Amino acid sequence: MSVVNPFARYGMRFAALLYLGLLLAIPLVMIFVKTFEDGFREPLEAVTSEEGLHAFYLTLLCVGIAVPLNTIFGVLCALMIVRDKFPGKSIINSLIDLPFAVSPVVIGLALFLVYGVDGFIGGPLDDMGIQIIFSTPGLVLATIFVSLPFVVREVVPVLQEIGDDQEQAASTLGANAWQTFWRVTLPSIRWGVTYGVVLASARALGEFGAVAVVSGRISGETETLPLLVQNEYDNFNVAGAYAAAIVLAILAVLILLSMNLLRRRSSGDEDEELGLQVVAQPAKEV
Amino acid sequence: MSTSADEFAKVAAKASGGINVTGVTKRFGDFVALDDVSIDVPDGGLTALLGPSGSGKSTLLRVIAGLEQPDEGQVLISGENTTDRRVQDRNVGFVFQHYAAFKHMTVFDNIAFGLKIRGQGTGKIRERVKQLIELVHLQGFEKRFPNQLSGGQRQRMALARALAVEPKVLLLDEPFGALDAKVRQELRTWLRHLHDDVHVTTIFVTHDQEEAMEVAEQIIVMNDGRVEQSGGPRDLYEDPASEFVMGFVGPAHRLGESWVRPHDVEIRHEPNGKTIEALIDRVVHLGFEVRVELTLQDGETFSVQLTREQVDELELKDGQIVFVRPKSSRTFSPDGTVPATVA
Repeated sequence: MSVVNPFARYGMRFAALLYLGLLLAIPLVMIFVKTFEDGFREPLEAVTSEEGLHAFYLTLLCVGIAVPLNTIFGVLCALMIVRDKFPGKSIINSLIDLPFAVSPVVIGLALFLVYGVDGFIGGPLDDMGIQIIFSTPGLVLATIFVSLPFVVREVVPVLQEIGDDQEQAASTLGANAWQTFWRVTLPSIRWGVTYGVVLASARALGEFGAVAVVSGRISGETETLPLLVQNEYDNFNVAGAYAAAIVLAILAVLILLSMNLLRRRSSGDEDEELGLQVVAQPAKEV
Repeated sequence: MSTSADEFAKVAAKASGGINVTGVTKRFGDFVALDDVSIDVPDGGLTALLGPSGSGKSTLLRVIAGLEQPDEGQVLISGENTTDRRVQDRNVGFVFQHYAAFKHMTVFDNIAFGLKIRGQGTGKIRERVKQLIELVHLQGFEKRFPNQLSGGQRQRMALARALAVEPKVLLLDEPFGALDAKVRQELRTWLRHLHDDVHVTTIFVTHDQEEAMEVAEQIIVMNDGRVEQSGGPRDLYEDPASEFVMGFVGPAHRLGESWVRPHDVEIRHEPNGKTIEALIDRVVHLGFEVRVELTLQDGETFSVQLTREQVDELELKDGQIVFVRPKSSRTFSPDGTVPATVA
């Protein structure tokens, strides 16, 4: 470290701070400032209005369905990718990354084509009186789609790293596949799963593009929080837009905080273990 | 292979609780890992599967455990055909080279795993785990996690975990392979003593002939997916059935057409008609034992093992020309399998 000249070091720190400040921190702080510029009454009213509460509920509903589903699917899929050999595995592997690669608006349009009234799934469903697009199921579908890869991508490398030795050991000790999964595999990948859940939740919470296409933006019916922000802004209700944005920001911050706490806890585990190893009595062989 | 001894082992294994493997073949794609392998392990015995890497010894062990399914042949444990039985129903204890410790569990929970799976009561589990912890000398380490243990301690924990479920057979896959030389040596001796106490039919895989000879009562030598020879350590050393066994079990050198052990060579200063001329490259003193490194006229090199007294008596020095004669040697048929003559 001493090789680096102190000016260069401080210069780099300053540049990093400036970059993050101008692009992230200052705009976010400005939202807070703007929202509460004229007191708390107006933003509070906007948030607790019928539309505001419904948007809040709808956002939580989407996250609450999409994230658990993608967690179960993600863990199963990761197990399949890492532990099984089958033809077409590489195709599945690349398909999973599709939501990362494709623009959310395109995802929304694709869902619209399939599940819309004229789509080959949406049509028959519409005949049965089930509406997907421009209704809550469409919002949930779009949210599932965009937040699908996170758990898989977090769990796959962890599974690869731990190998299948422990699972084999469990089976020789009499554990069946189910017992092995609950007692050995899942505890070993728990941090990967947690991380994936946090990232998927953050993404599901803030999703705009895909949701916007399938929503139809019916106020108080198919409007999630990000859509509400946009809607209020378009209607020159700046205070309402800011207030809804604040709610989103707080939810996002809560998720980030929980991720940081979890990260600290998991690394804390390791520190503690390392510390113990140092004070432990010298390991005596045999 | 002496048939009468083999037959006896087979009958003994079937009568009690041994392991019989018959005609097992296992392929991985084009690679034949096991080629029509049959072995018999007597009840309560300690048997080594010895062979170089890629010889199929680990695959055979995994087939016995049920971790691999053979393409052909069958596996009998205590006379029962277990070939189609799932791993978890075979009641085998398996110890892996890299421990396969449950990293998120304490030593206590690792050892208790199999007992918990079997739904035993807490009190009974605690008692049994306590016994096992004493057996493997890990008292005071119950609450540690695997990453707070040394390699040797982890392997002993793995052994206790495997023994906890009172397996019919104990299978060890290069159990000391990942440990350093000193710990290895200690664990070998310890495993031998443990086996004398516990008496469970045990097979362990190793590529180290010294380890096999030191620990096992019976050694099965494998090469290229086939069994080369099986027998006691002394039988294999003194009566190898093939060139491969001669070269793999103990040191051996080729001298002309025949094979000779380094301690079976006579060195003299005068030729006597049967001797071959050789040049001493180096006399290496290793304490009691002295290694004399020689080069023959055709450029081939080999070494002879002598005692310090013999070397002093002969006054052997670097650069001397001497005459050597094998005291006993072995010649194999051209395909390297059938022992032709013993001189």
